[in-house]
Amino acid sequence: MSSASAAMPPRLRQSDRDRVLITPEGISLPITVASRGSRFGALALDLMFIGLLMIVTSLGLIYIAGGAADLDETLANSGSAKSALEFLIILWIAAMFLFRNAYFLFFELGPRGATPGKRITGIRIAARGSGPGAGGGRLTAEMVIARNLLRDIELFLPLVFLMQGSGDGDMGAAGIAATAWFLIFALFPLFNRDRLRAGDLIAGSWVVEAPRVRLEQTMTAQAQAAPAGKLYRFGDAELGVYGEYELQTLERVLREGRREALRPVYETICRKIDWVPGAPGDERAFLEAFYTQLRSRLESNMRMGKRKADKFAGDPA
Amino acid sequence: MPQGPGFAAIEAAALRSDRFRLERESDWKRLETIVTRIEKGRLRGLADEDVLALPVLYRTVASSLSIARETSLDAATLGYLEGLVQRAWFIVYGPRASLGGWLRRFLGGGWSASVRAIGMDILVALAVMIAGTAVGWLLVASDVEWYHALVPSGLADARVPGASRDVLLDTLFGAEKDQPMGAFAASLFSNNAQVSILSFALGFAFGIPSLMLLMHNTALLGAMLWLYHGQGLTLEFVGWLSVHGTTELFAILLSGASGLHIGRAMAFPGEKSVMTAAAEAGRRAAQVMTGVVLMLVIAAMLEGFARQLIDNTPGRYTLGLFMLAFWLAYFFGFGKSADHGESAS
Repeated sequence: MSSASAAMPPRLRQSDRDRVLITPEGISLPITVASRGSRFGALALDLMFIGLLMIVTSLGLIYIAGGAADLDETLANSGSAKSALEFLIILWIAAMFLFRNAYFLFFELGPRGATPGKRITGIRIAARGSGPGAGGGRLTAEMVIARNLLRDIELFLPLVFLMQGSGDGDMGAAGIAATAWFLIFALFPLFNRDRLRAGDLIAGSWVVEAPRVRLEQTMTAQAQAAPAGKLYRFGDAELGVYGEYELQTLERVLREGRREALRPVYETICRKIDWVPGAPGDERAFLEAFYTQLRSRLESNMRMGKRKADKFAGDPA
Repeated sequence: MPQGPGFAAIEAAALRSDRFRLERESDWKRLETIVTRIEKGRLRGLADEDVLALPVLYRTVASSLSIARETSLDAATLGYLEGLVQRAWFIVYGPRASLGGWLRRFLGGGWSASVRAIGMDILVALAVMIAGTAVGWLLVASDVEWYHALVPSGLADARVPGASRDVLLDTLFGAEKDQPMGAFAASLFSNNAQVSILSFALGFAFGIPSLMLLMHNTALLGAMLWLYHGQGLTLEFVGWLSVHGTTELFAILLSGASGLHIGRAMAFPGEKSVMTAAAEAGRRAAQVMTGVVLMLVIAAMLEGFARQLIDNTPGRYTLGLFMLAFWLAYFFGFGKSADHGESAS
C-alpha cells in the first residue's frame, strides 16, 4: 500500500492510471490519466469534426463563388466580381489554416480544457506538476499552444505526406519514412506511464479523465424512507468482521439496487456472521440496517483514529 | 456517539457523517451550478455574486472534502466531492480566462522577454542561416545543375540560370497585374506559417531537423542570390526581398531558434529532469511561436501588397530596414521590466 492510498478510503476501482494531484490548498485529489482508447476516440471525433467543418465551409464558399460568377456574367462588370472572388479565396485559405491550427487551441483554452471530441469521451487536458506523475500546476495558454503546435508533425504532416504518396500510387522510400515517422509519434503514448504524446511532453501537460459525478441520496435517509419492517440489530462482534472496503462494496450494491444482486450478498453476510438466512423479500431491509450500523461503527472508530481497511485487517481495539 | 447496536438502528438517519453532509449540501450544489455554467461558457447568465463566491465556495467545498475524508465512509459522497473539487480547481486555477488579457501581456513584453530568453539559440540559428545562404551560393557557383535541385520548379518560372538581365529585372519590378494580390498574400502566409510550425516542432528531435530545414530554405536564397548577382542585380534583388524578407526571414529565424531551444533543453537538461527541462523550454518557445505566426501575417501582407505598390529600390530598402529596426527594437529594447516578472515566476 502506498502512502497515497493510506490517506484515502480504499477505492473500489483501482488502476495503474490513478494519480494524486495536490492542490495549492494541500488537498490531495485523485485523478485518472485518460486511457489511450478514449484519447484515440477523441482524436478521431475531432478529426471528423474538422473534416466536416472544412467540407461545409468549402461548399458554402463555392456556392457563394458560383453566385459571384453569375453576377459577373449578368453585369459584365468583371472588376468587382473578380475582387469578390479573390476575397472568397482569401477567406477559404484563412479558414483552412484556422481549422487546422486553431480548432484545438480554441477549445482547449476554454474553461473545460477539452475539444468537442474530448468532451464526448469525458477527458480534458491539465497541467502536469514538476516531478514524474505529479499534477497540480496551472494550465497556461503557452502549454496549450505548445502541445498543439507539435500536433503538426505528429499528425498532419505525415497524413498529408501519405495522401500525396498514395495519390501518386507510388510509396517508395519516402512513404516508408513517413510511415515510420508517423508510427514513432503515434506510438509515443504507449511507451510512457502517463500516456504522454510528444506535444504533452514538450508542453508539460497531460490528459486526464474529467469526472461528472452526480450527488447521490444519503444512504441513511433512504433507509428511513423504506418500510420499517423488522428491526435488525447487530452486535459488535458481528460488525467487526468487515472493514471499509466491504462497506463501500455494500454501498454500491445497495445504490444499484438490483434484486438478484442483493440475495447473494445477503447470504454471504449471514454466513459470515453466523445468522440463518431468512425467506426472500427482506434482504434490502437487512442490508440497509447492516450497512448503517457497520458505517456508524467504522466512522466512530475513524474519529478515534482507528481505521479498518478491509476484512483482512485486524479489528482496531 | 454511543455505539450500542440498538441505538445505531434508531439513530440510523442521523449518522453524524450524513448530518455533516446534509448541513453543507446547499453549498456544494451551489458550487456545482456555478461550475457547470462556467464550463458551458454561459458566463453572461452568471450573477456577479456567484463569480465572487466561486473561490470562497471552492475552498469551503475543498475543506468539506478534507473533513469528509476523515469522518465519512460514504463512497458516493466522497466521489462526488472529489469530482466537484477537481472541476472547480480547474476553473479557479485554470488558464487565465480572458484571451484579451493574455494578448495584452503577450504583446506588452511577454513575447520580447521570451525572444530574449532564447537569444543563444537565435545566434546559432542565425549562423546556420548565413551558412546556408553561403552554401547555396557556393554550390550553384560550382555547378549550375545545383540550381534546379535547390529551387523548386514552381518558383523558378523565369528565374533560371541563363535568363537575361531584362527577364530577371521583370521579375523584380512591375506589379503583377494578373495576380490577385490578396489571395497571393494569404497563400504565402499559410505556407510560411506551416513551414515555421514544422521547423519548431522538429526541435523535438534534438533540434537537428530544425537546423536542416533552416539550412535548406536559406540555400534556396543563396542560389537565387547567385543568379541575380550574375546579372549585376544584387542590389535590386536584396531590395525586392527586404520588403517582406526582413520580417519573414526574422520569423523563420525565430521558429528555427525555438525548435533548437527545445532540442537543446532536451539534449542538455542540466540540473533538471529531461521532462521538466523540455516542458519549460516548450512553453517559452511556444510564446515565441505565437509571435512568429503574427510576424508571418505581417510579412505576407508586405509581400502581397507593399512590394507591388513600392516599385523602386530605395523605397523598398527603406521599408525593409524600417521593419528590421522595428523588430530589433521591439525584441531587444522593449519590455525589459517584464524580465523580472518572468524570472520571478
